[in-house]
Amino acid sequence: MTVPVAFTLNGQPVSGSVEPRVTLVDFLRDHMRLTGTHTGCEHGVCGACSVLLDGVPVRSCLVFAVQVSGQSVVTVEGLREEGGAPGVIQDSFQETHALQCGYCTPGMLIAAHGLLAHTPDPSRADIREAIAGTLCRCTGYVQIVEAIERAAARLRQQPGESDGA
Amino acid sequence: MKAASFTYSRPASLAEALALVAEDGPDTRVIAGGQSLVPMMAMRLARPARLVDIGRLDEIRGIECAGREVRIGAGTTQAEAERSPDIARAVPLLATALPLVGHIQTRNRGTVGGSIAHGDPTAEILLAAVALDARVTLASEGASRCLPVRDCALGPMQTALEDDEILTEVSFPTPPGDLSVGAAVEEVSVRAGDFALLAAAAEVGLDADGVCRHLHLAVGGACPVPVRASPCEEALLGTQPDGRALEEAAHLVAPLLDPEDDVQASARYRRRVAPGLLARALATALDRAADGRNAMEAR
Repeated sequence: MTVPVAFTLNGQPVSGSVEPRVTLVDFLRDHMRLTGTHTGCEHGVCGACSVLLDGVPVRSCLVFAVQVSGQSVVTVEGLREEGGAPGVIQDSFQETHALQCGYCTPGMLIAAHGLLAHTPDPSRADIREAIAGTLCRCTGYVQIVEAIERAAARLRQQPGESDGA
Repeated sequence: MKAASFTYSRPASLAEALALVAEDGPDTRVIAGGQSLVPMMAMRLARPARLVDIGRLDEIRGIECAGREVRIGAGTTQAEAERSPDIARAVPLLATALPLVGHIQTRNRGTVGGSIAHGDPTAEILLAAVALDARVTLASEGASRCLPVRDCALGPMQTALEDDEILTEVSFPTPPGDLSVGAAVEEVSVRAGDFALLAAAAEVGLDADGVCRHLHLAVGGACPVPVRASPCEEALLGTQPDGRALEEAAHLVAPLLDPEDDVQASARYRRRVAPGLLARALATALDRAADGRNAMEAR
C-alpha cells in the first residue's frame, strides 16, 4: 500500500506516492531520477547517500521517504550554482584531485557543506571529524581535506554567498 | 538490504502516539531518529508491522534545567544535545560522551531517548546515563512512571519498556556547584566513530583542597548492560587520588565484569583491557577537574 509524500527537493516542491518501506535514497534515485546521491551500504555505515535534511547532513538510507513530508531535502544536484556550474566546494574537489572513482563524492560534498555552513574556518581536525562518517576507498582522504580547506578559504572571501545550498 | 513492508503512522501528539501503541501489540515499533532501528529493519533483524513515528513531536523535545537536574526530552537529537550550553555546563560527562556517538550524519537524526530505548550495551549515552544515575520517564496511556536508567536497561537491546510505553524524557543530575568537575570518556574501537568494543566513563568533582567529593564511574561493553563501578568510587571518595591509587581503584571493577566473546574481541581481551581503560578515563577526568580548580584559584 502506498502513501502520499510531499517535500521540498533542491528548492522545488515534489510529491509522490510510495510504500512506507521505501528509503529516501531509493525515492530520490528511482522516483525522482536524481542519481547523484549514491546507494552504498544501505545500513548507515558508508555515508555515500548523505543529503541535507532541513540543512543538516543525514544518511538518506536511514530515513524513509514518508518521514520527510513537509521538510527540505538538498541533494548533491542542489549544490550546483545557478545555471548548472559546479559550486565552490565542487571546484575545490576537482582542483585538488579529491575524487578518483567518485562513489563517495556526493556524500563528501554534503558533509563539507554541513561543516562549512556553521564552521567557516575549520581546523584540519574539524574537517576530518566532519568527513569521518563517509568512507572513501581511493584517495586516502588527504586531498579531500585539502579540498575542503581550500573551499573554506574561498568561501570566507565571498561573504554572503551560501554556495548554492 | 531493504526493509520488509510495514504501515506508517505519524501521530500529531504524544497522546495520539500512546493510543496507537496501546491498541497494537508487539509488532508495532516506535521510531524517533531511526538510526539503530532502520539498519535493523534493512538487515531484517527487525520486522515491525507498523511504525509509529514520534521523531517530530515537539512536546518530547527540548532541554530544561530544573534545580539539580537537566531534563532532556527523549526526542531531542544527539546533535542538539551536543550543542547545548546547558548540557556542557551542567552535565559534563554527557557532553563529553555525545561527540563519540556515531557520526555527525547519525547524530543529526538519532535521539537521546532513542539510544537508551535501544539499549546497546556499548552505547555512550547509556554509559553516561548509568554512570550518573540518570532517570527515565516511561509514558503510557493515562499514566507515566519514572525509574532509574539502571532499572530500565535490562540486557543487550532489552529494556523495561512495555509494548504500550514510550520513553519521553531522560533526566540527568548535575554535579554539586561548589566542586571543580572534570569528565572523560575513553573507548576502544576499530575506527573512530565505530561501535565501541569497550568504553569507560568518569566524572570527578574535587573540593578546594583537592579531595575527591563526587565520583561517577562506569564501564560499557564488558557486561550485558553498562555497569557502575561502585567499588572503585568507594575506594577513592574522600581521598586525594594519585596515579598509583587510581590504578588500584580501577582494578576493583574486575569482579563486576561479565564480558562475552564476539567477532571483534574476546571476553578475555575485554576483561583485561577494561580496568586500564577505566583508569585512563579517571586520570583524564581528574586532570580536567584539577585544571578547573587551578583556574578557580587563579581568579
